[in-house]
Amino acid sequence: MSENFDFLLRTVLKGLPYTAGAAAGGIALAAVLSFAAGLALLSRSRGVRLVSRVYVEGFRGTSEVVQLFWIYFALPVLVGLQLVPLFAGILVLGLNHGAYGAEIVRGAVQSVPRAQVEGAVALGFGPVRRMRRVILPQAVAEMLPPFTNLFIQLLKNTSLLFLIQVPEIFHQGELLRPRFGNELGTIYAILAVLYLVLALLITFVMGRLERVAARRLGRKAAGRNGALAAGKGV
Amino acid sequence: MEPWKWDLFFGSLPYIARGLLVTVKITLLGSLLAYTLGLLFAVLLRARVPVLHLVLRAFVEAVRSTPLLVQIFVLFWLMPQLTGVKLGAETTGVLALGVHYACYTAEVYRAGIDAVPRGQWEAAAALSLPRSRVWLGVVLPQAVPRVIPALGNYTISMFKEVPLLLAIGVLDVLNRAKEFGADNYRVIEAYTMAGLVFLVLSYPASVLVRRLERRVAHS
Repeated sequence: MSENFDFLLRTVLKGLPYTAGAAAGGIALAAVLSFAAGLALLSRSRGVRLVSRVYVEGFRGTSEVVQLFWIYFALPVLVGLQLVPLFAGILVLGLNHGAYGAEIVRGAVQSVPRAQVEGAVALGFGPVRRMRRVILPQAVAEMLPPFTNLFIQLLKNTSLLFLIQVPEIFHQGELLRPRFGNELGTIYAILAVLYLVLALLITFVMGRLERVAARRLGRKAAGRNGALAAGKGV
Repeated sequence: MEPWKWDLFFGSLPYIARGLLVTVKITLLGSLLAYTLGLLFAVLLRARVPVLHLVLRAFVEAVRSTPLLVQIFVLFWLMPQLTGVKLGAETTGVLALGVHYACYTAEVYRAGIDAVPRGQWEAAAALSLPRSRVWLGVVLPQAVPRVIPALGNYTISMFKEVPLLLAIGVLDVLNRAKEFGADNYRVIEAYTMAGLVFLVLSYPASVLVRRLERRVAHS
């Protein structure tokens, strides 16, 4: 086993840049979409709210795998443009998790106490300044823990990209399966450890951000344990 | 090439409907497994049996921190090697989804059990009820109704994750759409129909769950 272990590990690791890239790209896109759609859900204009609602419910209501197949296999026929697998994957990961993130942003903004908004109005803050200086700093601190869960979910779902031939780590493992059939345990263990390490990385970075967000508010990041223990899952 | 063919769009429906039966069956059986196993996990974790507690904790964490796809493949390819029992693709799917979601529902049940007031436990102890009656007669009847909406959400989630099973050859909605597309050399209509089928079923279901959530929150 040990002489093969090096080979197995090296082969799987070749997929790591793709997994990490897909996760990073997906997270960046999901974060942007979450804010755009989440704030749009709170817009005063009915039209803006409707567009955002359709996006959010459309992506939350259908399966991520179906979305992946649709964007990678069906969309090219419609628009005559074939996407590179990795980009199609990032697009789907971002769009799908952005729809879930939009609800996190909406919820967090709505959870900011009403008095804070009134205070900002009393100080003569315009709507933009109110949002940037008063509401968002508090809302962001609130939304970071659920975003950590969402991003870890996104990381795990990068494995779906194997279905469109992105050479990420799960795909690399699949390449090894026919030849190393009796070392499947090792292959899957390597995969599990890699996903775990990446998830811990996300948790670490988000923990840092939580501390920064809390410090900006002059609080300690103490509420974090409570929020995580609430057990928000998928 | 024609961008859109309505006859293929509607023609794919009977095909996809057959896949839907499989998807729904797997979702229902998987949910049943997730609900019962999750409850068992929650009660066992609370009982704090020395070694079992640690093992179960580790198992739940491992399942929650690895992709579902890896777990499906472990069950489908690795398990037969270890146990000598080769399960069919659909059975593997039910098992994988059921166990995966049990690790999430365990957390839901835990929260529900924690929400039962201390006084209830104390009263049960004061009446010196046997342990089984404390759980079955006092705690669970109060804890379970509260968590039903959350469980419903997980069933909806699971429904949308069944297409993953096409990787091991289950003929679900998406796999049927894929087949139909391959027969007609065009996938767009069938994939659109597949997406629509998911939306039409899961959106009303999630509205229902949200309404249920509100009702539970008020009571």
